[in-house]
Amino acid sequence: MTAPAPDTLASTAAPGRRGAPAAPRRRRPGAARWLVLLAFGVFFLLPLFAMLEFSTRQAGGRSFAAWRAIVQDPDLVSAITISLELAALTVVGMLLLVVPVATWVHLRLPHLRRPIEFICLLPLTIPAIVLVVGIAPIYAWVTYLLGDSPLTLAFVYVILVLPYAYRAIDNGLGAIDLRTLAEAARSLGAAWPTVLARVVVPNIRGALVSASFLSVALVLGEFTLASLLNFNNLQVTINLLGKRDAPVSVAVSLAALLLAFVLLLMLSYVGRRRGSSGVTEEG
Amino acid sequence: MTAPQPATTAAPGPASSGTGRRRSGRIVPYLAVTPFLLYVTVFLLYPTLIVVAGAFTDDANRPTVTTLRVLTDGVYLRAFARSIELSAVTAAVGAVLGALLAWAVSSGPPDGPLRRGVMAAAGVLAQFGGVTLAFAFIATIGLSGFATVFLRDHLGIDLFTGGVWLFDLPGLMLVYTYFQIPLMVLVFLPALDGLRPQWREAVESLGGSGWEYWRYVAGPVLLPAFLGAALLLFANAFSAYATAAALVSQGSPIVPLKIRGFLTSEVILGQQNLGKALGFGMVVVVAVVMALYALLQRRAARWLR
Repeated sequence: MTAPAPDTLASTAAPGRRGAPAAPRRRRPGAARWLVLLAFGVFFLLPLFAMLEFSTRQAGGRSFAAWRAIVQDPDLVSAITISLELAALTVVGMLLLVVPVATWVHLRLPHLRRPIEFICLLPLTIPAIVLVVGIAPIYAWVTYLLGDSPLTLAFVYVILVLPYAYRAIDNGLGAIDLRTLAEAARSLGAAWPTVLARVVVPNIRGALVSASFLSVALVLGEFTLASLLNFNNLQVTINLLGKRDAPVSVAVSLAALLLAFVLLLMLSYVGRRRGSSGVTEEG
Repeated sequence: MTAPQPATTAAPGPASSGTGRRRSGRIVPYLAVTPFLLYVTVFLLYPTLIVVAGAFTDDANRPTVTTLRVLTDGVYLRAFARSIELSAVTAAVGAVLGALLAWAVSSGPPDGPLRRGVMAAAGVLAQFGGVTLAFAFIATIGLSGFATVFLRDHLGIDLFTGGVWLFDLPGLMLVYTYFQIPLMVLVFLPALDGLRPQWREAVESLGGSGWEYWRYVAGPVLLPAFLGAALLLFANAFSAYATAAALVSQGSPIVPLKIRGFLTSEVILGQQNLGKALGFGMVVVVAVVMALYALLQRRAARWLR
């Protein structure tokens, strides 16, 4: 009874598939899928909704006082400014550090690719809380030489974003015909800095943008190093604020999460445009 | 002058174009990577060395293993045990639930708004989180949180009959799960995308059921990727600090908070390097886990992509 069933099923199913060439690649989403999505949606949106509710609480009604306080609290404003400046500095530092080396390794020193990649991925293995233990003595020197500015955090933030930035840029370089482009530029008399700035960079723009976005998101969310090296960035200030004024701290937290979400959503569109346009075709 | 001689300049050899600057050949290409190497030496390799060396020296800078031996007894061993328990539980729960969510997302259109939204949200929660997630849960199930108040007023349920568990290990587990699931989605979704529709069609045309497809084809193909992702989740939870620091202000149940204790308070004489020893212990655990992860990734790459 049961044995012939697979055969008949196969013979009836196969022509059906062949007869419909435009059959959907993916199976139609079932009720199970929507149930799963709904459950996760509730789990993930409930805390965010609770933050909104918590930060607008007022005796007998709703008030956005906590939200207005975000831009009125001087500590918070200066922390936001510092975090944004840190993000910009980190992006610049990361690009200056990684792009030339990644390009150079691709072009001239391919045997160094493994060691350099290992170094760049190393920060994933060294938790920030451990890095801070080792870097505290070095920051004593940094403070001595450059002053006690929170912006000096950018030095270590460049290390922190290294794994993500290197991976994005390395992928970008792997996707273009770097050797041919560089040789063409060189044969037309371009110096290496010119090759880098006018040939390599425009061709891996998408990878650079995605590396930068990721770095910005990481820097805006960084707490460990800033807190334990005693600098006040956005996250440290939010944490301190939590002890003094809970509704405001919750409001800023939600605002920061939403800002990061918008940032990453934009990134997903930038990433796609790179895929469709590919290498620029000029000349 | 330089343009009309492509035959010689296009050759890959470094000395072929003949300008004096680059005649020194072998060494010069390496000079270009020295700024990078200097930078990572100062801000990454040397700090790591300080931690590792510190773990093996005593207060008078003599080599010793007694500092490390302290880790094997009492409070520090228990802190490691709790850290590992926290990471293992949240990695297991996060991996299973995250895989489920990844499946639900992957069966939709690859460029649709649902998928974009989920991926961006997952990126935020998995990597941006930290302090803000701690506050999210304080606002939800804290003592005057939304869910706490709602359940108490409308359903008569008290969330905290067994004490205020949010600011202890159970609370950490809940909040960690909240960022582990999104990380699993980010890591595991590419693996799910690697499943070819033809495999499913092959199973169907041979008379296999949906269960048989998952049991004999998709399951085995995905298993290395799944285990690898679970290990990554473990390492992620093990190294996390911000959430715990914001949530737990008294006591130090887990290793990262113990290290905080050494960094922020007066150091007891004779224990100067204990923080470094704890850090070294963490690096060893994460390094072992990441090595296994790399191994599984290679195994996973055989079928996927």
